[in-house]
Amino acid sequence: MNEDMLLEYEDIEKSFFGVRVLSKVSFALRKGHILGLVGENGAGKSTLVNILGGVISSDAGHIRFQGREYTAASPADAFRQGIGFIHQELNLFTNLDVAENIFIAGFPVRRIACIPWIDARAMRARAEELLGSVGLAIPCDTLVERLSQGERQLVEIAKALRLSARLIILDEPTTSLTARESERLFALMKELQGRGISMIFISHNLGDVFRLCDDIVVLRDGLVVDAGPVERFSENRVISLMVGRSLDHYYPPRATVPDEEVLLEVSGLSHPGIVEDISLTLRRGEVLGVSGLMGAGRSELARILFGLDPYTRGEISVKGLRMPSGPSRAAIRSGMAFLTENRREEGLLMEASVADNIALVCLPSFTRTPSGLVDSASLKREVSGAASKLRIRSSSLDRQKVRTLSGGNQQKVVLAKWLLSGPSVFILDEPTRGIDVGAKHEIYKIINDLAGRGAGVLLISSEIEELMGMCDRILVMSAGEITACVERPEYDRERILRFALGRKPV
Amino acid sequence: MNPQVEMNRWKRLVVSDYWVLYLSIACFLVLFPFTPRLASIENIRNIFSNMLPLLVVAIGETIVLITGGIDLSVTSVIGLSSVIGASIMSSDQGLLAGNPAAAAAGVAGMILAGVFVGWLNGIAVTRLRMPPFIATLTSMMFFGGLAVWLTQSRPIYDLPARFIELGQGAWLWLPNSLAVAGVTAVFAHVLLSRSLLGRWIYAVGTNPRTSLISGVPVNRVVTFAYAASGGCAAVASVLYTARLETGSPVLGQRILLDVIGATVIGGTSLFGGKGNALWTVFGVSFICLIDNSLNMLGLSYFVVTMVKGGIILFAALVDAARSRILAG
Repeated sequence: MNEDMLLEYEDIEKSFFGVRVLSKVSFALRKGHILGLVGENGAGKSTLVNILGGVISSDAGHIRFQGREYTAASPADAFRQGIGFIHQELNLFTNLDVAENIFIAGFPVRRIACIPWIDARAMRARAEELLGSVGLAIPCDTLVERLSQGERQLVEIAKALRLSARLIILDEPTTSLTARESERLFALMKELQGRGISMIFISHNLGDVFRLCDDIVVLRDGLVVDAGPVERFSENRVISLMVGRSLDHYYPPRATVPDEEVLLEVSGLSHPGIVEDISLTLRRGEVLGVSGLMGAGRSELARILFGLDPYTRGEISVKGLRMPSGPSRAAIRSGMAFLTENRREEGLLMEASVADNIALVCLPSFTRTPSGLVDSASLKREVSGAASKLRIRSSSLDRQKVRTLSGGNQQKVVLAKWLLSGPSVFILDEPTRGIDVGAKHEIYKIINDLAGRGAGVLLISSEIEELMGMCDRILVMSAGEITACVERPEYDRERILRFALGRKPV
Repeated sequence: MNPQVEMNRWKRLVVSDYWVLYLSIACFLVLFPFTPRLASIENIRNIFSNMLPLLVVAIGETIVLITGGIDLSVTSVIGLSSVIGASIMSSDQGLLAGNPAAAAAGVAGMILAGVFVGWLNGIAVTRLRMPPFIATLTSMMFFGGLAVWLTQSRPIYDLPARFIELGQGAWLWLPNSLAVAGVTAVFAHVLLSRSLLGRWIYAVGTNPRTSLISGVPVNRVVTFAYAASGGCAAVASVLYTARLETGSPVLGQRILLDVIGATVIGGTSLFGGKGNALWTVFGVSFICLIDNSLNMLGLSYFVVTMVKGGIILFAALVDAARSRILAG
């Protein structure tokens, strides 16, 4: 056991539902060092730190912290043992003030007549002190809802410092910060490091990682592919390590090629802080990929295209007709379909039957006028036709609730629902997220089939490999802008990832 | 007998669509020996005359509950409608006193008032994004107060005979009030189970976000539901007003809990997405039967209320068990 080590991971393993997320992960963190944890989405970074933070437990392996065997039963337990966790989504109560947030896990208490009262004076005094140490000059009775994202981040750190944390985990802390706020955070991190506090820093921004960190651990598919002091790495090397694998024959080939006819044309689409000057064309029979890291604005773009969110400038036209801004009904009428990334909450009526879900979009075209009654016989025929075409496995379309279907079958229900409205433009946002390999393959075949029959597909995915396997072209987004359009002959994981990181190719 | 089979039989009974109907029949059979008068023609007529207006209100409430909302303003709509209708057609200082079209105009005014209040509720819930509970609580207080203020708390008498016919008369053997309530129930049933709007109402109640993305005009559907509930409450007001031959601002003030209780006992969920008109018919019959038979037993109003509370609790427990059985 090395005296200098604050934290040691030894053969940590974790599986979710039989899928291995971490296998035999080992690395160590020195006292007073900042460790950069990098990897693609889904490489296991969050899982790794969630184990440390007491959010989940590991299946096997050991963690040593401050020279002792470490386990955390809950986030509160981890906090008591000296590990502060700053999540990507901040965990502050916006309706409480700063001091209350800092002390939320254990208010200082004074007993008067055996009744515990919050010792407000002691709490305020200590809170002021902690705010001072993170360089935040605000009164500690300010409500958190009045603070900017950057200030909230500093409050989170003050909260972590309350029990003199020895280790602070920062999971993507800069995604919602402005450049200036990020600088402030980095300065604070350096200062904390000076006081002997260690940090684990997770970020997609390799520039920041190289600036701040002493050591780097690269994860890929739940494995540590390399680890060591930062001097040993270059940005390019880290990117190569992150993407690693070669493409296999997992993606079914498509027989058809895209047409010249443009189905969807977007020009100069902007909305402040969300997307900036987006222009794209989607042709008949084309599968157009959209790549980018989390927070790059991909899903936001999809929502705007479908009329769910507003935009301030630019134009969207479908088959040459300008699409009016407004509710999704207009988008559906003009021939668009939208499979959202959130299947459970936005794609399906979980408590309704499979048939009712499939029928939802096309109902108006099966309604007789003027009675307003639904022609249920022909609707039923169409629904079961679509269900069998997509091979939805359900014991009873009318009686089985969608909630009880597997993830892959649920996704097929969403696809079937849109197929019945006969759209020409499909926007698919993470269509294969959280479904098993076999079902993924079937979804890929459906996508090829759609393109083969003359639809245009806008495929948004976090998996670069999936995009390279499926798409005719790939647009890469970073910070709300399209940074590149990569054609099939130029497909290269590193190249795409570099654009996604907002960098120029070398 | 095999306990397994026995168990399944009970389960089947509890999860059946007709469970509340069976429960009503069981209640009737149990209570009948104690008060044989329960089955007298006169009493059955009495049960019906209490039940029909309640049924009409409850059907409107059912539509709102299916969308995942709640309408607390129905009782105020009944009072307000009653007052407005009476002040149009009363031969004592009414707007159209003595005019042969007074009854028709009065009924039209009542329905319009109800639909208007419901529409306002709908706007408050959709455009202003107010929680349904608060929106309709506010309108319950406002319009309830308005009805009392308009009349200075005085009932309005001297309603035209053609209007009173609606609540008390009969066409051949069919009482008019039964016809009105029956038409409302059948109409609501067809709307909910067969029409596009009905499908949309269930979809919105199950998941408004999914519905919106799938092209359902969520705001319009929800607004419609509240307007329909207001309209139903106004129809009930016609029945109540005609039966009492009086326009009164406090008409129906006590029935709010009966309305919601009956709907929920019928099986309509307070969380939206589940319910139908037929269930509500059973729920209302059950509540009215209990009410009536406990009265026949000579129990006081307070005891009747207590027992009803217990029965609603029982029904809620059974509903929870049903959900568990259906889920398992």
